[in-house]
Amino acid sequence: MKPTIVLEASDLAIAAVLILVDVGISIGFRLALHRQLAVAAVRMVLQLLLIGVILGKVFAAASPPLTLLVVLVMVGIAGSEVAGRPERRLAAQGNYIAGGTAVAFATGVTSILALTTALRPDPWYEARYAIPLAGIVLGNVLNAASLALDSLLDGAMREKAAIEARLCLGATARQAMAHLLRSAMRRGLLPVVNQMSAAGVVTLPGIMTGQILAGLDPMEAVKYQILLMFLLSGGAGLSAVAVVFLAARQLTDKRQRLRLDRLLPRGG
Amino acid sequence: MRGCWGSWRGSRTVLAAEPLGAPAFPESREKGRLQMAGLHSRLAGPFDMAVAAGACVAITGASGSGKSLFLRMVADLDPNQGEVFVDGRARSSMPAPAWRRLVTYVPAESGWWEEAVAAHFDDLPAARVMAERLGLKPELLDGVVLRLSTGEKQRLALTRSLLVGGPVLLLDEPTGALDGDSQAKVEAVLRERMAAGTTILMVTHDAAQAGRLGGRHMVMAAGKLSEAGGRA
Repeated sequence: MKPTIVLEASDLAIAAVLILVDVGISIGFRLALHRQLAVAAVRMVLQLLLIGVILGKVFAAASPPLTLLVVLVMVGIAGSEVAGRPERRLAAQGNYIAGGTAVAFATGVTSILALTTALRPDPWYEARYAIPLAGIVLGNVLNAASLALDSLLDGAMREKAAIEARLCLGATARQAMAHLLRSAMRRGLLPVVNQMSAAGVVTLPGIMTGQILAGLDPMEAVKYQILLMFLLSGGAGLSAVAVVFLAARQLTDKRQRLRLDRLLPRGG
Repeated sequence: MRGCWGSWRGSRTVLAAEPLGAPAFPESREKGRLQMAGLHSRLAGPFDMAVAAGACVAITGASGSGKSLFLRMVADLDPNQGEVFVDGRARSSMPAPAWRRLVTYVPAESGWWEEAVAAHFDDLPAARVMAERLGLKPELLDGVVLRLSTGEKQRLALTRSLLVGGPVLLLDEPTGALDGDSQAKVEAVLRERMAAGTTILMVTHDAAQAGRLGGRHMVMAAGKLSEAGGRA
């Protein structure tokens, strides 16, 4: 393995010139994005530096409760992202309940599976492995769950007549919403299908590129990437199914009614 | 876990494009004596009434007076309190899907969940026969929903509900988009069902329709029902 090329602050400063190029484009073409670009770039640098410092300390502490706390905070943030992204909201914080539970469940299952079977660090919950792994799984799970939730909530409103038509003919709420559940799950799963299809052909996945740049043998980087892709697809599937079923339960009641009164008006 | 979402045993059927189960009664085997006791919601009622088997009650009233809301409450589609009975069997004593097969609501706006018309019918030969009796070309069942006119959709939705064969029909503007000839065909089928014991509650803007079907005429105003001068 070749020695890692260590990046200096000056190296990053040179790359940062590209942000100035974007700012120039924004000004030149009157995109009105230059302020947002500058703020986002500064924010990204500060956020990443901060997480670098925190991760360094957490890895050094090697404390299981601290590792768990970091993972829980990450799950909480991802859950609230899932809840916040759809245009429609379930009453009684329903988006947060469905989003948070789905994210925690999918991330927990896939990360623990990888840590205890494929990666097997000792102990299996070692922060250096558990936190980055949970992070990358969370990113994908978040995407799948928020797309699926958005599709379900929007579809329930749009397809009210179709759902109630089936209820009127004696269907259960689950049968009446089946077509909607299917399309919401598909919506959640499609990005990871595209990601897997494009990996290595259209795109070189970010993690793999990072590992190769950091000096790892390409074949080793590829093996890690394959493992990650499987984890991401599993996480996406689990989170899409979980969020869709949890939200659908909240949109119906035990008398098998469609309860659109539990959806807040847009912007509510 | 709540309602049908609690059971994961049937989750395979969620993903399959399964039919809604065999129609309960191709022709109603039961009589539809309908009773309501203290049926109410936040917005309408209370409703206390009894309708004899095979009778028709036509309900008229201004838009927004609560006519559709009333039918939806009887079908248990919106939260409500009180009790409804069909032939003495209480609504609360059975699961909602079983109730809705006895008391079938046909909304004014029909709903479709597949592209193909045929996918909405479990028994296509019976659907063709009924569609023809309602003045539709049977070939319509081989087409797609997008091509249907409002009147065709309305009569196909009625066909679907008639094939369920429940003893009570709740019809919301069943002939609202139909010409005189089609309307007469629909009314002929409804009269035939009533003769066999099917009870009909019908929301209509056509007060004369109640007279043609030989039923009671009631008026809804601000969520309350009252007789419109006895038998129409």
